[in-house]
Amino acid sequence: MAAVTQDTAISTGRITRVFLYLVLLLFALFYLLPLYVMGVNSVKPLAEITGGNMMALPQVWTLDPWRSAWSTAQIGIEPTGLKPYFLNSILMVVPAVAISTIVGALNGYVLTKWRFRGDTWVFGLMLFSCFIPFQIVLIPMAVVLGKLGLAGSVPGLVLVHVVYGLGFTTLYFRNYYAAFPTELVRAAQIDGAGFFRIFWRILLPVSGPIAVVSVIWQFTNIWNDFLFGASFGGTSQPMTVALNNLVQSSTGVKEYNVHFAGAILAAIPTLFVYIVAGRYFVRGLMAGSVKG
Amino acid sequence: MAAPATTDFRTRLQDWLPKLVLAPSFAVTLLFVYGFIAFTVVLSFTGSKMLPRYDFVGFENYAKLFALQHWHIALRNIAIFASLYIVICTLVGLLLAIFLDPKIRGEGMLRPIYLYPMALSFIVTGTAWKWFLDPGIGLQNVMQQWGWESFSFTWIKDSNMAIYTIVLAAVWQTSGFVMAMFLAGLRGIDNEILKAAQIDGASNWQLYRRIVIPLLRPAFLSAFVILSHLAIKSYDLVVALTGGGPGRATEMPATFMYSYTFTRNQMGIGASSAVIMLMTIAAIMVPYLYAELREKR
Repeated sequence: MAAVTQDTAISTGRITRVFLYLVLLLFALFYLLPLYVMGVNSVKPLAEITGGNMMALPQVWTLDPWRSAWSTAQIGIEPTGLKPYFLNSILMVVPAVAISTIVGALNGYVLTKWRFRGDTWVFGLMLFSCFIPFQIVLIPMAVVLGKLGLAGSVPGLVLVHVVYGLGFTTLYFRNYYAAFPTELVRAAQIDGAGFFRIFWRILLPVSGPIAVVSVIWQFTNIWNDFLFGASFGGTSQPMTVALNNLVQSSTGVKEYNVHFAGAILAAIPTLFVYIVAGRYFVRGLMAGSVKG
Repeated sequence: MAAPATTDFRTRLQDWLPKLVLAPSFAVTLLFVYGFIAFTVVLSFTGSKMLPRYDFVGFENYAKLFALQHWHIALRNIAIFASLYIVICTLVGLLLAIFLDPKIRGEGMLRPIYLYPMALSFIVTGTAWKWFLDPGIGLQNVMQQWGWESFSFTWIKDSNMAIYTIVLAAVWQTSGFVMAMFLAGLRGIDNEILKAAQIDGASNWQLYRRIVIPLLRPAFLSAFVILSHLAIKSYDLVVALTGGGPGRATEMPATFMYSYTFTRNQMGIGASSAVIMLMTIAAIMVPYLYAELREKR
């Protein structure tokens, strides 16, 4: 491999190139720094953090902070660790992502291949809902979840996340299906294929890339959500809320190493998804939604 | 024979099916988004305290809101935070994208490093930076232990500086994502245009200033919209990093709304602050969405 594959028109000299690398590496260090700090300090005894140097490698390696964060740390008033909250998050994320993605795909299909008068308005109204500050719906949502008997439950959180995720999933699938030749759909229609058959046999098989985008987007957004979890979680709080309770707890000694281990635990699922599928995400996102 | 009637029904069903499929989503959006917005607007004109009440008080809540010192702090903070966050993220993202663009070696390694913070929850980001910036155990302590005895970095405990630590953590989290947007934009530019300009004797600096950056306009716009949207939602990061403190130094409209509504039992005032937030966002988003949707007709 050549060191430089020069297929852009911008030419760079040797000195410029060294400078480029230097800047790029400095930024890489900046982005990696918190990850390093979290990782290193999550395997140290507490005394090495409070009495030592945060950047130093552990003198005594220990997995106790991880064990404590997972199963024994005090969250709120219960010494349960983060485990039950991790489970809550999974139970919330999986159905919410699945439902919002499937419904978003169907919506995108209707809005591009079965156009009707006023469809742009319908889409516009759904799209705007992606951008509202959620504070505007907090009070009514609390009232409605209470009336439905879903307050403080996992199904309640699933409902909230599906409702406020639909705008995004519809947007992704609509932009993606817009580029798919409508003639093929019309031809299948003339051959007698119905609405769902066309979706199932023609659109769905080519939907892989955008489904990846939709799933990653919804997964990270819902897993990382704090506002809805804190407002409506009740006894079924998700991971982010539990982590915040752990870190902000004002009683007892601050166990920084446990906090860091907990933070990594809360980050693992989304990091995993990014590492496995991140490249498809950026590619799909650029193709689908951010083009001018 | 009843055949014509059934065919008729089936074709009519086929005609209606698309709308039937879309209807639940649209109904849900109308109710949970627009109905709820209307509900909050109504509440903002009532004397609701702990629970919704329907005694209308006119603009009293808005008058009270804008007389509150806390609200003014929140507005000042969001102005500082949003402008610095948007500008710095855009500059860092653009710089990294331009530097990565000449297909340098190691791009495959660097890009995920720049991007991964976007995968994290603001609560995780807040936890990491909270302790790293803590003077007792974090950066200040590290520097002093490394021999720089007089090193002092206490922004997170300093009422005047704490807001900038939120900017720092937020930029750390999203600038990589902005980089990816600009990089995609740069890679989409036709090289022939650049080559032609080079033949005409344009320097690299001129190439970027006169050709590349103007061509990135759509990416700038998308970045601006996404960043301003994230800025006004900045609830989680503030909660995790500073909890709104020290004192009220990093209070934002999002934290203000939450505490007035749910902990101080001033639901009317909380609702009116949410309405102001929505109106601010709408002023940015509605023209953008309108232009986007018209273009695609």
